[in-house]
Amino acid sequence: MSGQPIVIAQGLTQSYGETLALSDVSLQVPTGRMVGLLGPDGVGKSTLLDLIAGARVMQQGQLQVLGGDMRDARHRRLAGPRIAYMPQGLGKNLYHALSVAENLAFFGTLFGLDRAARQARADRLTRATGLHPFMDRPAGKLSGGMKQKLGLCCSLLHDPDLLILDEPTTGVDPLSRRQFWDLIDTIRADRPGMSVLVSTAYMDEAERFDWLVAMDAGRVLATGSPGELKASTGAPDIERAFVQLLPEDKRGDGTTLQIPPLRDDGAAPAIAARGLTKRFGDFTAVSDVSFDIRPGEIFGFLGSNGCGKTTTMKMLTGLLPITEGEADLFGKPVDASDLSARKRVGFMSQAFSLYGELTVRQNLDLHARLFELPSDHAAARIDTLSARFDLGPYMAARAGTLPLGLRQRLSLAVAVLHDPEVLILDEPTSGVDPVARDEFWDLLVELSRGDGVTIFISTHFMNEAMRCDRISLMHAGQVMVVGTPDEIAANSPSGTLEEAFVQQIEGAIAAGNTGTAPDLAPPPSPAAPHADAPVRPARFSITRLSAIALREWRELMRDPIRLAFAFFGSVFLTIVIALGISMDIEDITIAALDQDQTPASRQYLQAFYSSNTFLEQPEILTRDEMITRMSAGDLTVAIEIPPGFGRDLQQDHEVSVSTWLDGANTTRAGTIEAYVEAAHYAALEDAYRRAGYDPDELATFNIENRYRYNPAFESIRAIGPAVPAILLMMFPAILMALSVAREKEIGTITNFYVTPTSRVEFLVGKQLPYVAITLVNGVTLLLVVSLGLGVAFEGSLAALVVGSLLYGGAVTSYGLLISSATRTQVAAIFAAAILSMMPTVQFSGMIQPISTLDGIGRLIGEVWPASYFMHLSVGAYTKGLSFVQLLPDMLALAAFIPVFLIPALLLLRKQER
Amino acid sequence: MGALKHIFWLGTKELRAVLSDTMMVGLILFTFTGMVYMQATALPENVNHASIAIVDEDNSSLSRQIANAFYPPYFQPPEQIEAGMVDAALDAGAYLFVISIPNGFEADLRRGHQPEIQLDIDATAVMQAGLGDAYIQNIVNDEVTRYLSRADAETDLAIGNEIHRAFNPNGTMSWFNALTGILDFLNIIIIMLTGAALVREREHGTIEHLMVMPLHAVEIALAKIWANGLIVLVAFGLSMSVVVEGWLNVPVAGSRWVLMLGATLYLFAASAIGILLGTVARSMAQFALLVLLVVIPMMLLSGGISPVESQPEILQPFTALLPSRHYMSFSQAVVFRGAGLDVVWPDLLRIAGMGVVFLLCSLLVFRRSLSAAS
Repeated sequence: MSGQPIVIAQGLTQSYGETLALSDVSLQVPTGRMVGLLGPDGVGKSTLLDLIAGARVMQQGQLQVLGGDMRDARHRRLAGPRIAYMPQGLGKNLYHALSVAENLAFFGTLFGLDRAARQARADRLTRATGLHPFMDRPAGKLSGGMKQKLGLCCSLLHDPDLLILDEPTTGVDPLSRRQFWDLIDTIRADRPGMSVLVSTAYMDEAERFDWLVAMDAGRVLATGSPGELKASTGAPDIERAFVQLLPEDKRGDGTTLQIPPLRDDGAAPAIAARGLTKRFGDFTAVSDVSFDIRPGEIFGFLGSNGCGKTTTMKMLTGLLPITEGEADLFGKPVDASDLSARKRVGFMSQAFSLYGELTVRQNLDLHARLFELPSDHAAARIDTLSARFDLGPYMAARAGTLPLGLRQRLSLAVAVLHDPEVLILDEPTSGVDPVARDEFWDLLVELSRGDGVTIFISTHFMNEAMRCDRISLMHAGQVMVVGTPDEIAANSPSGTLEEAFVQQIEGAIAAGNTGTAPDLAPPPSPAAPHADAPVRPARFSITRLSAIALREWRELMRDPIRLAFAFFGSVFLTIVIALGISMDIEDITIAALDQDQTPASRQYLQAFYSSNTFLEQPEILTRDEMITRMSAGDLTVAIEIPPGFGRDLQQDHEVSVSTWLDGANTTRAGTIEAYVEAAHYAALEDAYRRAGYDPDELATFNIENRYRYNPAFESIRAIGPAVPAILLMMFPAILMALSVAREKEIGTITNFYVTPTSRVEFLVGKQLPYVAITLVNGVTLLLVVSLGLGVAFEGSLAALVVGSLLYGGAVTSYGLLISSATRTQVAAIFAAAILSMMPTVQFSGMIQPISTLDGIGRLIGEVWPASYFMHLSVGAYTKGLSFVQLLPDMLALAAFIPVFLIPALLLLRKQER
Repeated sequence: MGALKHIFWLGTKELRAVLSDTMMVGLILFTFTGMVYMQATALPENVNHASIAIVDEDNSSLSRQIANAFYPPYFQPPEQIEAGMVDAALDAGAYLFVISIPNGFEADLRRGHQPEIQLDIDATAVMQAGLGDAYIQNIVNDEVTRYLSRADAETDLAIGNEIHRAFNPNGTMSWFNALTGILDFLNIIIIMLTGAALVREREHGTIEHLMVMPLHAVEIALAKIWANGLIVLVAFGLSMSVVVEGWLNVPVAGSRWVLMLGATLYLFAASAIGILLGTVARSMAQFALLVLLVVIPMMLLSGGISPVESQPEILQPFTALLPSRHYMSFSQAVVFRGAGLDVVWPDLLRIAGMGVVFLLCSLLVFRRSLSAAS
């Protein structure tokens, strides 16, 4: 061991709620080695790697990486570019909508490489990994193995001194895995100074490492070279050495799995496929696949990532319709609508598909209910399974908080809960540690041989494949070979199944009929001329900011449906709202309770009936009838004329009529009241005219009312310009909030944690594309309102455009603020929609000017950007104001940007908690 | 029977999922209490705090009397401005109304010369402008009449018209605003809750898991509908009893059970819309946008913000397809007019019928969207 250790940990302790992830871990990792982190699931490997990479906030203890304290933000910033971190999960930190080249360019820019250096290194790395022919393919469309290689390329672009890989080969097929490790070896040969820290679930890979850290239950069990570990435990291989290191109760039964031979009683096949084919558009995922699986058989499905295994399984379960061919279960064709057949099948999909928010027991209970198990049987069954799968201690834990291996066990327990006759398991042991895998297989064997359950399982583990009765090897949608594992293994030179697998697939690739497999030409040296002095990353870099903006922009452009929704949606809504909201009321139902029935009373009523505003209804006969009809909503206005109305009027007595109007809708009632008064005055004027007076001469004075800006008093001229303010508040705010929440949910936020990206660069970079979209959307709505709705634009166009730009900045800042307080996309949508829609519709002055509001509503209205943009928009359109006159609104909008953005920046964490 | 059990047990899972998210529960409670209250009380009157300025070139006792007749809460105390400032003040939106009383107004009035008062109205404030105009004319008329009757006691108005408001005698705005607010939140929360639950199941792959179990798509949908509906129904009941009847003192004329029945049916219809949107959307972002496209028209065209009668003829047939419009008419009838089932059943029937149609639509696209998603 030479030089200073690259990682020095002292008493690291980390807990999540009540779960202790790391417990007093002290460790010194030597420099320039390939160091393996071994251990079952949930022992804290990922947490430890997160801490070393600086992605997580440290709780207790000391940690020095690359000679500096990882608690110190300044050191993290300086050390960041020297560390590369690839989190667990296939392609987890990649941007799936972006192409291979774009992903590489993005990571290169974040680490401050200039264009030439970026391209040269990307070129070398992709050639070495065989990714070069696929530079333009979106990362999401790569196979699992290729995603991992791309992740590695992205990590290596900036020549890190410490490369951290969290289970890089989990879920990757053997050929890709082999290529992956060869690649790491080549890179290390060129850069011997680089330290590599890897966690893995594959014990056979551990033999490759220079130095191992064996972990269990948050503690370090032992460290040393593979040889040392084997020597100290006296075990022949690492797998058994590791088991020896475990506390006794965790070692499993230690016996080698014995599989009794399958009795072939010649029964009809449980699963049969004939010429099964699945096409998605013009891509053939599964092509002409045929096989028979006998009852009680364990049938293994092997193949490279993305070869069609999952698709085949989904067709058998009825999840995907079959394009061509036939699939039979128990001698009957698969029928998605046949519920009784579903009760005979248990399915476990590749991704964890149970409810994370339910506890282990609740998940099991729920499935027992759904499969209609009798309750006493269900309780017994759940007890048996929880004992068998060692779920007992976790029964009350939420499934989502469990480590991967435990979740897989729970998934299997759920899949077998209802005693199915056929089990279809899609990579059930991916990411599960060896001891747990052995236990899992114990159970499979028991189910198969004991209960006669037919098991159809896909796997990447060769030792699991060896346990199957028969296996089928798939590649590029086709079955290449079916047979017993021994037969297939015997065909390879070394006699191992892995060799046979690699050979078969390489043969298929060489035949050149696929074009999807990596380039297997001898890799050229990936090493780049290495700059000796580490570059100090700037605190703020416009290049990084624009890299983030460009990436966000590209992702937006790759989802045209979302953009189309935003644009056409806002156009549609503008038209609907602007036309739909109007304060003018017509056809108000009116009827009279005329207790006078004289020409005078009828003349009075005629003034109401002759107006367009009112719609005459059959006369009311009694007071009770009036009440009934108004309660039913048939009448809005009722006029009651007292007996003797005509007589009193002639005798110059004062007379009075009563008008009742429906006051349920207060706003409407207010307007109607005004209409009633107008009609009443019209009736009086008529009366004067009949009496021979000119009412105009009788008037003592006149009021000349001038409806400014909108002489015809059309609602649309006021509402039309206000609508864009509402829509531009909501669409960008929600999209913005979602975009950050999505990074948190998918995991690409890790790139922000572990790269030199600053908070300002991250948020503002993400914000810029949305500001641009708001501006374009604003201009679109301008055209809709002025051309489509015919609202004349009379003021300063420049002010509206500048205003839209500033409004875009304010609104997206608000979206960022919401996103920094939420973790999930659902919460982000909820919060963004409710917290932006309500104040905007109610309090920003569209219907009621803010000055007329009371209490909190007024307060919100006054500190709400939509109010100012609405003011500006109405001013520019209808009032015809100039740029200078609208300047105060623009300044107010500009002021909102820091008001929202600064708290968003402060709330955003540079490390995960 | 089996199907009902499935729906029940699947629904309990939905309940747990929502209730375990404290932030979500908090947000729902806040919307149905604080936000409803805020929305209801923000505007207590049709014409409220209207800003008004007076250009008094007459400076007589009458003109001062007129200026003093404008007082809160309907109007802000009038400000005296110069004639030359009128345009600029209106441009800046400083006042909604400017009354200009010309020089010699009082004198001309006494001489029977019919002087003219000018009233400038900012007509971009659609609701306040029209109503305020009527209010101001009445107030000025009253003042002038009072002034003249002091001068010579002769009244020309032979017929009086006493206007009464049924169901809300004082025209308290918060009564109606509370109902509108509740509908808005009912609508957006239930649609988002059910739809997002579905989208999330698809994004997390759990929907596939459900589809291989002996469950019909309709059971999955109905489970989401009842569970999320129940959560929102409880929030609704709370909002009605605590906020509407408690804090706001709105007298509920009709039966509370009929109201709950209507809310239940409405939640069914709206959650079916949520399911439909969740089925159509491919991602959470698309879902969010779709929700906006549907919820905003439902909210603005329900009759809560502007009366249904005001909508243009071409739009009316379409808004008749919005369950929110029927719910609005139903809840007004029950809460204010005390209508019973015999009156409101057509609205309830329409709401329920729409729910069934939305649900059937979503079931039609359910499996297709599932296979397209993978």
